[in-house]
Amino acid sequence: MAHFEKANSIGEWLDQRLAVNTLKRVMQTEYWIPKDINFLWAMGMVLAATFGILLVSGIFLLMYYQPNIDTAFDSVNYTIMSEVGYGWLWRHIHGVGASIVFLIIYIHMFTGIYYGSYKKGRELIWLSGMGLFVAFSAEAFSGYMLPWGQMSYWAGMVITNLFSGGSLHADGLVEWIRGDYVPGQAFLSRFFMLHVLLIPLAIIGLIVLHFGTLRIPHVNNQEGEEFDYKEAAELYKAGKVKESKVIPFSPVFLSKDIFVMGVYFILFFYLVFYHFGFAMDPVNFDPADGLKTPAHIYPEWYFLWSYEILRPFPTDPGLIAFAFAQVIFFMLPFLDRSPNVAPASRRGAFKFWFWAMLIDMIVLTFMGKLPPEGIWSTIGLVAALAFFVLWIALPIITKTEKKL
Amino acid sequence: MKELKIFGIVVVFTLALYWGVEPFAHGQMHKHVEGHGLVYDGSADIEEASKEKKEAKKAFWADVKKIAALKGDATAGEASYMMCAGCHMDGAANMGGVTPPSLDHAGAIYDKNFLIALIKDPAMATNVDHKYPNGTMAHPMGSVSAMVSAPQDIANVVAYLQAKKAGEVTPKEAFTEACGRCHANRYGKLTQLGEVPKTKSNIKTGQDIDALKYAQKVATEQAALADYLGTLPPDLSIIIRARSEHFLHTFIENPQSQLAGTAMPRTGLNHEGMEKVFAYLEETGDPSKPLREETGPKVLLFFFIFTALAFLWKKAMWKGHH
Repeated sequence: MAHFEKANSIGEWLDQRLAVNTLKRVMQTEYWIPKDINFLWAMGMVLAATFGILLVSGIFLLMYYQPNIDTAFDSVNYTIMSEVGYGWLWRHIHGVGASIVFLIIYIHMFTGIYYGSYKKGRELIWLSGMGLFVAFSAEAFSGYMLPWGQMSYWAGMVITNLFSGGSLHADGLVEWIRGDYVPGQAFLSRFFMLHVLLIPLAIIGLIVLHFGTLRIPHVNNQEGEEFDYKEAAELYKAGKVKESKVIPFSPVFLSKDIFVMGVYFILFFYLVFYHFGFAMDPVNFDPADGLKTPAHIYPEWYFLWSYEILRPFPTDPGLIAFAFAQVIFFMLPFLDRSPNVAPASRRGAFKFWFWAMLIDMIVLTFMGKLPPEGIWSTIGLVAALAFFVLWIALPIITKTEKKL
Repeated sequence: MKELKIFGIVVVFTLALYWGVEPFAHGQMHKHVEGHGLVYDGSADIEEASKEKKEAKKAFWADVKKIAALKGDATAGEASYMMCAGCHMDGAANMGGVTPPSLDHAGAIYDKNFLIALIKDPAMATNVDHKYPNGTMAHPMGSVSAMVSAPQDIANVVAYLQAKKAGEVTPKEAFTEACGRCHANRYGKLTQLGEVPKTKSNIKTGQDIDALKYAQKVATEQAALADYLGTLPPDLSIIIRARSEHFLHTFIENPQSQLAGTAMPRTGLNHEGMEKVFAYLEETGDPSKPLREETGPKVLLFFFIFTALAFLWKKAMWKGHH
């Protein structure tokens, strides 16, 4: 065993055994972040905080939620909402958090795309981030099943049906996923397990990986500038903080993160108390009824763009298009052929690609919720086609991009 | 300030996104129905009516208007009301599918014109005449025309209801009388038979025989209702969160306007009745509202202070960095 001296303080005692001082240095005071950043660089910590809020509120809800098709609806809408002290608050926090976390994820993603933060050396940051996006999507979907309302039931029906693969008629696979011919007790139990155990574990693992992938390539900066971190760090440690291009994660970067989080929390809790309706669809306040299909079935807003890529096409091409949309963002670092790491505004044609993609996804999102009729279907179809055209164009326009 | 510009862009896109998926999408998805301010003069009914029925409806509501102009005699009305009380009484039995509701606060929660119309022709008044192709006599209350039919008689009964059956009404009473014969409210512990009685289980067997007996009675009542209406009307415990307030308001005023062909009758609530029913729906469907309104400002204040302090900390930390 190692030799231990008598410690003079708790800090020293811990340091002897856990190397807390080294940890603190490596992960905080000498974890260097570029100085040339804006508030969008705080979205990562905002996401971590939101995940924390979802986790804590979820634990409180878990104490009263009953994963049983006969009691689930009332355990949420009656027990939690009116019998449990402040149960309504935890539920609204959980519901609003689940919706707003996607807004931040999308902002975080588009920040990465705009500043080219997925380029050579940073591919794994992007890939692990996309892994998180998929895991969060699965978490959101499985959570949406739990109140066992009309939208839970019918969304569960529609989404699991996708696995039949259209003309493949893989009905056996759909039954295997559901554990029954239609969503029922087996279905609810397994989605409960996924929501409270398996997917959260995956998310936590992916978050650790995501942070890990940042370590070696370092965080990108506003101009995509490549510089010597060692030199910049030495400069900072020598007290030349003004000249240095870096800041320590803690407390300098964190102080800004916390401020951004404060602004975010004001919005978040405003929504929780005064404007939670957008995150809790009215249709889901009708109990699940397998004999009564709601007039309009639509996913939550954050899935609408990919839903609209599925919808305008006939079944088989629609499913292929949908599958394509699910994975294509993973390919971004490999489809962007330009070596330039710079904000989109300095990258010629890519600048237009970025804004076109953003607007196209917003249009798809709008159309995804509207009933597929008349002009809305046409706009939806055009926007879905535009999505593919943009991805096909990406390698071409980036290949011809002038080197900066 | 480049940073503020970026923030502005994020805000604009976020608001556009919100507008598209919430107000705009919902505006496109649901047809807009105008309310009629709880005035029951049949104008909506006449407008919706098929060609063959238009004239009959016009004549019917014109008659209602004439009766409304008569001066009712509450004392004379009391005698006629005795015939109503034969069915509308405590512990009334199911008649033709539905149990006649209590009229204890009928004068307070229902509109005068509606009451006149209802006595004159229940199917026409409630705008479900399409369910009775063989005439109103098939309506559970159809026999009223054999009891109270003279215009003055109708005016008298309504005058009596407005004078004597119009005391202070609680939200729960308004709900029970106006909605509760067809709609349960399990969060309010109401079934179609009224309040769920308190029962005790047998300590030796663990069985609650009285509760089982009651459940059987409710099931029987619900089966009769479902046979009569075609479906069991939904439980209204949290309907206030499942439908918008505007939808509920216009739907209650004239169910056909939102759901053509529905078996739900118009209930003829006046402003007070509507207000009380909504109060009850909110009580069972959104019970956290008072506490939410009390807690909200405190939490927001906390985060305003938090953010202000965080800003000062940030300023201090970044001092000399630029």
